[in-house]
Amino acid sequence: MTKPKIVIGIVAGLLIGGAVAAFAVAWRPAISAIEPPAPQSFDANLVKRGRDLAAIGNCNDCHTVRGGKAFAGGLAVPTPFGAIYSSNITPDPQTGIGLWSEAAFRRAMRSGVDRTGHHLYPTFPYDHFTNVSDEDDRALYAFLMTRQGVHAPARANELAFPLDQRFVVAGWKLLFLRRETYKPDATQSAEWNRGAYLVEGLAHCGACHTPRNALGAERLSATFSGGDVDNWHAYAINARSLSPVPWDTEALFHYLRQGWDKDHGVARGPMAEVVSNLSSVQESDVHAIAVYMTSVFGPPGQDRLRKADEVRAQIKSPPSQTTPSNVAGASIYAAACATCHETERPLPYGGINLALSTALSAPDPRNAANIIISGIQPVEGERSPIMPGFGSSMTDVQISALLNYLRGRFSNQPGWTDVERTVQDARRMQTVFLGIQPGPHNAPGGPTQRD
Amino acid sequence: MSLKVNGHDHQIDADPDTPLLYVLREELKLNAAKFGCGLGQCGSCTVMVDGKAVLSCVTPLLLLEGRQVTTLEGLGTIDAPAPIQRAFMEEQAAQCGYCIAGIMMRAQALLQKNPKPTDEQIRAELHPNLCRCGTHMRILRAVHRAARLMDSAALSSTTQGSAQ
Repeated sequence: MTKPKIVIGIVAGLLIGGAVAAFAVAWRPAISAIEPPAPQSFDANLVKRGRDLAAIGNCNDCHTVRGGKAFAGGLAVPTPFGAIYSSNITPDPQTGIGLWSEAAFRRAMRSGVDRTGHHLYPTFPYDHFTNVSDEDDRALYAFLMTRQGVHAPARANELAFPLDQRFVVAGWKLLFLRRETYKPDATQSAEWNRGAYLVEGLAHCGACHTPRNALGAERLSATFSGGDVDNWHAYAINARSLSPVPWDTEALFHYLRQGWDKDHGVARGPMAEVVSNLSSVQESDVHAIAVYMTSVFGPPGQDRLRKADEVRAQIKSPPSQTTPSNVAGASIYAAACATCHETERPLPYGGINLALSTALSAPDPRNAANIIISGIQPVEGERSPIMPGFGSSMTDVQISALLNYLRGRFSNQPGWTDVERTVQDARRMQTVFLGIQPGPHNAPGGPTQRD
Repeated sequence: MSLKVNGHDHQIDADPDTPLLYVLREELKLNAAKFGCGLGQCGSCTVMVDGKAVLSCVTPLLLLEGRQVTTLEGLGTIDAPAPIQRAFMEEQAAQCGYCIAGIMMRAQALLQKNPKPTDEQIRAELHPNLCRCGTHMRILRAVHRAARLMDSAALSSTTQGSAQ
């Protein structure tokens, strides 16, 4: 054998070996189709539990388009790689999950593979759902299979080659998918463990609140340090939290349950749907989440507590205003914002004192810009928080001046950069956003849950 | 400061933080826009600024340097009502009428940007405007009628312009 032949042989061997290995990694068998089960074949209590679990998992938020049929999918989820459309998870046999057995459903939740063996993109947060117990998967399955089936074919994703090839996801999973399930911590209370199980699993809080790496996986070294979603910043919800007043269990519970907290304000952006869902589930689960998250935030240091006291004191007796350097921003604030934000009218119908606003201490002005432009739309048919949008009355220059002033006056953080560009982006994204997102169901589920 | 309303420049002697609504009603005697809640929550004070619907009760004068304000009075008169006004009259879309000027202005802004809105688009756009009398279905019909009137008005002015 000559030398080149040996090389060719080795290369061929490697290629074949690689192909076999890749096939073994990527290939998943189909799971046989089943006859769609009759809704009455599911236990009613199981369905009811599944309903609450689906609310904790916020499933409807991604799997329903604005004004569309519940769980029929088709919502564009923007990612840095292109838009990925959510799938139809109603029991329609042709376009939904009607032919899926419970085993197929569990496999999708655990390892992100659909019934026919295709890999699912990790916009479906199965990297969290590995933690969901078999029992809870069974309840979720029962709930979804008893919904109204909707014929709604999947929309094609807008991904470039090679990411449009689903086997590529198998490689992503090799790198980033942890397959362990949630292990209770015996040193903690049962309530803490319940909260941890929900937060790390079904509620997938880290999907938004943890920053992602270049390949779109959560950076585990920075869990809960703040992430991005739909042109909103999902705040840091650990020791790096920038809220002027530190969170405690009581405040978290109120916020997650009612959609607002007197020292932190109103849940907005994608979080509005989360708190809307949490207002409808068992109170004990929301409290467990609050208990666990309090330990994730960690006890605030002396410095933060002192600053929080300063903020509270400042609200009670505002320091006399010196002539501001940003006259334009100061005048806009005084004329357009202070009329609501500096009255005694309590939340959620009055505006929060902006010294308490996390948005103004955030690393970038996106959230504040989004709110100034679009306001807070009230929930149809309910008493709920409201704020008019100023996108049509203020120019980009005026909004930027206002944002710079608010940052300087109400936050200890250094000034923002590129404010005007952020405002332009926010305005552009808002148009898109309003076109595709479900309406703000918002926070408090029923009037009885509010003050 | 100088304020441009319905195509005319006005010299306004008021503090820069005065809400536009007060200036319109009290200084310029343009009383179509109404004071409802004063908090930007009901929509009865809606006017247009540079073609977009704006809540004049929470819009201080200082934001309006060099911009064009349009009120309902600027769209048409009693003798020559604008399409949006004709449509609301023909559909009898007002009951007490307090909210209607604001609703017409927001509908006008919508039709300028989208000449053929769907029911759903009209509903979504008019979301910030409240009507306590409940003439919502007539309002919906009136906006559709206004869209048709504007369409035929545009059509007849083109034919007049080009053929005759």
